[in-house]
Amino acid sequence: MALAETSPKGRRKSSPFTRFLIKAGKTVMAISVTMLGLLFMTFVIGRVMPVDPVLSIVGERASQEMYDAEFIKLGLDKPIVVQFFYYIRDVVTGNFGISLRTGFPVWNDIVRVFPATMELATIGTILGVLIGVPLGVLAAVKRGTWIDQIARVVALIGYSMPVFWIGLIGLLVLYGMLGWIGGPGRLDVFNEDIIPPVTGMILIDSALARDWFIFKDALSHIILPASLLGYYSLAYISRMTRSFMLEQLSSEYITTARVKGMSERAVIWKHAFGNIKVQLITVIALSYAGLLEGSVLTEIIFSWPGIGSYITTSLLSADMNAVMGGTVVVGLVFVLLNVFAELLYKFFDPRAK
Amino acid sequence: MTNLLDVENLWVRFPTRNGIFDAVRGVSFSLGKERLGIVGESGSGKSMTGRAILRLIRKPGMVEADRMDLDGVPLLTRTEKEMRSVRGQKISMIMQDPKFSLNPVMRVGKQISEAYRLHNRVSKAEAKAKTLEMLEAVAIRDVERVYEMYPHEVSGGMGQRIMIAMMLIPNPEIMIADEPTSALDVSVQMQVLEIMDKLVVERGMGLIFISHDLNLVSSFCDRVLIMYSGRVVETLKADQLHNAQHPYTRGLLDSLPRLDAPVDRLSVLQRDPEWAKAESVTS
Repeated sequence: MALAETSPKGRRKSSPFTRFLIKAGKTVMAISVTMLGLLFMTFVIGRVMPVDPVLSIVGERASQEMYDAEFIKLGLDKPIVVQFFYYIRDVVTGNFGISLRTGFPVWNDIVRVFPATMELATIGTILGVLIGVPLGVLAAVKRGTWIDQIARVVALIGYSMPVFWIGLIGLLVLYGMLGWIGGPGRLDVFNEDIIPPVTGMILIDSALARDWFIFKDALSHIILPASLLGYYSLAYISRMTRSFMLEQLSSEYITTARVKGMSERAVIWKHAFGNIKVQLITVIALSYAGLLEGSVLTEIIFSWPGIGSYITTSLLSADMNAVMGGTVVVGLVFVLLNVFAELLYKFFDPRAK
Repeated sequence: MTNLLDVENLWVRFPTRNGIFDAVRGVSFSLGKERLGIVGESGSGKSMTGRAILRLIRKPGMVEADRMDLDGVPLLTRTEKEMRSVRGQKISMIMQDPKFSLNPVMRVGKQISEAYRLHNRVSKAEAKAKTLEMLEAVAIRDVERVYEMYPHEVSGGMGQRIMIAMMLIPNPEIMIADEPTSALDVSVQMQVLEIMDKLVVERGMGLIFISHDLNLVSSFCDRVLIMYSGRVVETLKADQLHNAQHPYTRGLLDSLPRLDAPVDRLSVLQRDPEWAKAESVTS
């Protein structure tokens, strides 16, 4: 309150940088609180699961002394609150423990599998946006015509076609019979581990290394799974785009633009589309986040070593460290994407300032 | 005096599930360099008449007329592309609420200069200069600042003045004002009307003023059409309004409270279904 006393206009006078710091501080606080909640959840899940963490490390035939030693080493003799703080400390320092299944630190595993998912999800989302948005706009503009109907059917198929079926059929036809695309996995076996990982995304790494042979191979492997994910997000994005556009096209300012003598194309893209960007960003961010969580089925069908199949396989082998670590990372990505989307709102909508 | 606009037997029809709905039924009038008021209750077809002139009735709505000529040239036979050079440049329209009729994510200056640049091949700087000039003409101070504002940052009265600037900047011959003050505070209504009136008279334009406010229209316009159920039931010189003959107009006038002759109970308008059936009056 000291600020208010010294200068009544203190709030307005604060420099843009100070305001930025306050804003940034608030955002970091919001993220921290959300993450704390998430950590609490994963901690509880880790404790509630009927898996004895000690037993899974020392094995069933260990002596009682070995068991007790490990019990104390893991800090399980401490009160639960203290254990929670240990857990937070570990997570903050990037220590998610050792994965029992792979034998590596969970963090290293995630660094390995997450870029694979990210590569897939990013290309899928790009495809979904590049086709889905224009399709949705077109469907809204041509509402009720056969174009709208076709767009509806295309989206419906995208929603309802199970990926394990279309994925297998796609592999069978395009890879098995025609040989147009690469098979399961991220690369052909003889191309694996040639490119040194920089980002972990093979398309980027091979482009950085100017190894276009590997790049082409990676592309031929990613094209089908990414297209399937892209189709799925296209279905969602195009339907949402359509309904956003319909809402805008019936507003008064659209009539204003027409009264001015503007061409229909400019009315649609300059005026109506300019008003749905914020809503679209939300939808695209959510759909991208959904894909980043790992599309388990797609990753399993295509033997894609991503985070979805990593978490699922870990869960099936009761590898709780890996499950908890993976969940925390996915949650963090989700939160960060939301923050990023919110930053974009302010850029596209003057009212959000 | 040659007419700017001649409308004969204008119909606006909407096909619905239960047959065709006629929103405007055989309206005829002509407009010179004058202020013509169109008065009527909600749903009487007055707004539809305005939009039909601009051919902005959305499909599946249909516009039909024996004659709808702008400067003696038919409007109905023009292509959509030809209509685009009519809209804004020849006939313009101000709508009810600036909160909705301005694009919320575009700076007002850009929206106004855009209206100018659609019809004039000029550079951005010239369009901006013209826009600032226009903003001054609608009595906005600090035009440079307003130019950079977004619609949510301006008041209703200022928003409507911005709207007027936007619609007048290509210098049209006819202005349709569709309830331009209904959404504004009473305190700024007169101010906005005066600005609009001044500009319309200065530029020698024809004005079609659509409103449900009889008194406002009679004080503001030269002639008044009274519409009911898609038809023109009566047409009067504005200063002859008290001599209105039609029972509907009389009913409307009687249901207005008057300061100089207070009554305990205002009379309620009794509608006669026969009114809707009668032919439109030509003016």
